[in-house]
Amino acid sequence: MNARILPYVLILPVTLFLCLFFIYPFVLVSQQAFQAADGGWSMENFQEVVEYWKFPISMKNTLLLAAIVVPVQLALALLMATMVSKMKKGRDMVLYIWTIPLGISDLAAGIIWLAIFEQSGFLNSMLHGIGVVDKPVNFLTYQNPWIVFLAIALAEIWRATAIMLVILVAGIGLIPKEYYEAADVFGASKWKQFTRITFPLLRPSLQTALVLRVILAFEIFAVVAALGGTLFPVLMGQTYSYQFDLLNSGAAAAMALIILGISIGFTLIILRILRVPKGASI
Amino acid sequence: MTLHSKITGAVSGIAVSCIAFAAQADVLFWSTQAKPVEESQAMREQVLSGAGEVDYQPNDPGPWITRLNAELQADSGTIGVLGALHGDFSAMDPDDLVDLSDLGVMSASSTFNDLSKLGTDSMQYIPWMQASYIMAANKEALQYLPEGADVDALTYDQLIAWGQNVMTATGEAKFGFPAGPKGLKHRFFQGYLYPSYTNGVVRSFASDEAVTAWEKMRELWAVTNPASTNFSFLQEQLLSGDAWIVFDHTSRLAQAFNERPDDFIAFPAPAGPTGRGFMPVLAGVAIPRTAPDMEASKALVAHMLKPETQIATLRATNFFPVVDVDLPGDLPPAVTAAGDAVAKMSGSADANPGLLPAGLGDKGGDFNRVFVDSFERIVLGGQDIRAVLDDQKGKLAAIMEETGAPCWAPDAPSEGACPVE
Repeated sequence: MNARILPYVLILPVTLFLCLFFIYPFVLVSQQAFQAADGGWSMENFQEVVEYWKFPISMKNTLLLAAIVVPVQLALALLMATMVSKMKKGRDMVLYIWTIPLGISDLAAGIIWLAIFEQSGFLNSMLHGIGVVDKPVNFLTYQNPWIVFLAIALAEIWRATAIMLVILVAGIGLIPKEYYEAADVFGASKWKQFTRITFPLLRPSLQTALVLRVILAFEIFAVVAALGGTLFPVLMGQTYSYQFDLLNSGAAAAMALIILGISIGFTLIILRILRVPKGASI
Repeated sequence: MTLHSKITGAVSGIAVSCIAFAAQADVLFWSTQAKPVEESQAMREQVLSGAGEVDYQPNDPGPWITRLNAELQADSGTIGVLGALHGDFSAMDPDDLVDLSDLGVMSASSTFNDLSKLGTDSMQYIPWMQASYIMAANKEALQYLPEGADVDALTYDQLIAWGQNVMTATGEAKFGFPAGPKGLKHRFFQGYLYPSYTNGVVRSFASDEAVTAWEKMRELWAVTNPASTNFSFLQEQLLSGDAWIVFDHTSRLAQAFNERPDDFIAFPAPAGPTGRGFMPVLAGVAIPRTAPDMEASKALVAHMLKPETQIATLRATNFFPVVDVDLPGDLPPAVTAAGDAVAKMSGSADANPGLLPAGLGDKGGDFNRVFVDSFERIVLGGQDIRAVLDDQKGKLAAIMEETGAPCWAPDAPSEGACPVE
């Protein structure tokens, strides 16, 4: 086959798949979001969801969660990736163990952490066992919104750091050893090597990891549903309740588009901040 | 025609008829009820065993309505019979359901039969089974009952005092309330709290009596296990001991009674100034207009209403029959306990039975949200009761006006849409 058209032939199946199962439904959802009850075009659905009293709260919660969880995950993933890449023996083993949470569905992760934090959960049994508390404490209640927040953040960090880790480990593996050898020759400290070699050369991987992770952070749903119940409304939970509790597909579509808008906005910001100058890539 | 195309034609013909045969053999029973594994297994093995080839598939309401709507929009379907709550059916267009008036079966209750008409003149679904909400308690809690209180004739004040006594004695708030994401808290407000304090639901939504009702709710919440916002099936908390006194749907308490029948008692919901409000739960069976085999579907609906099927359903799901049957003596403990409590509740001198919200169409979810939001703002958020009710009142009035739903008991009947006064 002609070498010029071969790449296009190879990506054709994926393109078709995306058009059929992503672009087409996306167009339908957008139509639904801008459709008024009488069939005409309108912003009615957007107005409805934005004016609902829980909207600002769920927006705040979602953004706050992303703002806390993603930087912690980034720092952890960088640390873990550097550690793994320095290891000589047992590297694969450690990597496998660290990526186990990646194989667990987010709802299952939420339930695991619920089993830890609930009234008759592991944490309470442990605290009781070592004599810190006389009787089980209710952690996840409406009086302790910060503990609920903390539990959700912990579960998210535990569950989704691995996805960044995997991308960063691959990225670090791509950095040529010569740079480090040269740095050693000039007597640069390990920290200097990290900030001057690893970090800049890791930009493309950081970009991918952050974009992926931030988008997923805005879509957080199952972990919150399991741990927070109704105490911690997030955007995705509101979307679900419009679609399935209120059977209002228009409003759900509007919420989905709002989440999409936020995701695109943040993706552009990340791409801009971590842009790789032309010709500077490895 | 070449030999090749002949063979292709013959093979595809056989294939098509095989598929058609398979579709005819199994009637797909698409249900939102009896979803827990044990219940759906009992439905398949006991209830539907004598009904020919039936494929019983329970699902969450979301996926349930999504597939149904897809089939209706495509004008071609595989679902033979629908099983769902009254509220699920009333959210549908009645024209999408087959008129079942001439089937010759109906429930023994004319109220239920009227509800099943969904505002039309004909029965769009057939009442299938009923339940209600009751109270249950761990027997250990009984020693803390306030002086002079009869557990079978409690008032809301006595219930609060009881919860307070338990809290003082054990140091823990042990009233359990289904305020979790899947909990049925809105039914407590619509069918129990409001009727007991305001003798209405819609008309009296923002009345002064309603303010009193919410004040009582706050007092009750003060003795409620704060983790209740994660409780959806109170049988779990009864069994674990996290809650001693609870309110929930009869079938969501059943497991506790069946596992440890000697440890728990069931009793009627409490009474307020305007009586002992309570509300039924009604599930029905219907046939979508896209059903592949209408005769088989109708036969299955008729089967579900037979007295022996109804008793088998009671054993399988803890939902009570809607036709007149003689209950056998060897029923599971949960059924006996719940049955007694419901009988005491409806037979009490101050009984104030309410009806299920009717005529709300697909606004049923929005209607529930008005009450749930009020709860979250008043009780969890600590906002001013009067201000919240005045704010939510507008939303409720908009829903009533949009749907034109007339008042239902205990609200006084209305001409046209039920007004929020």
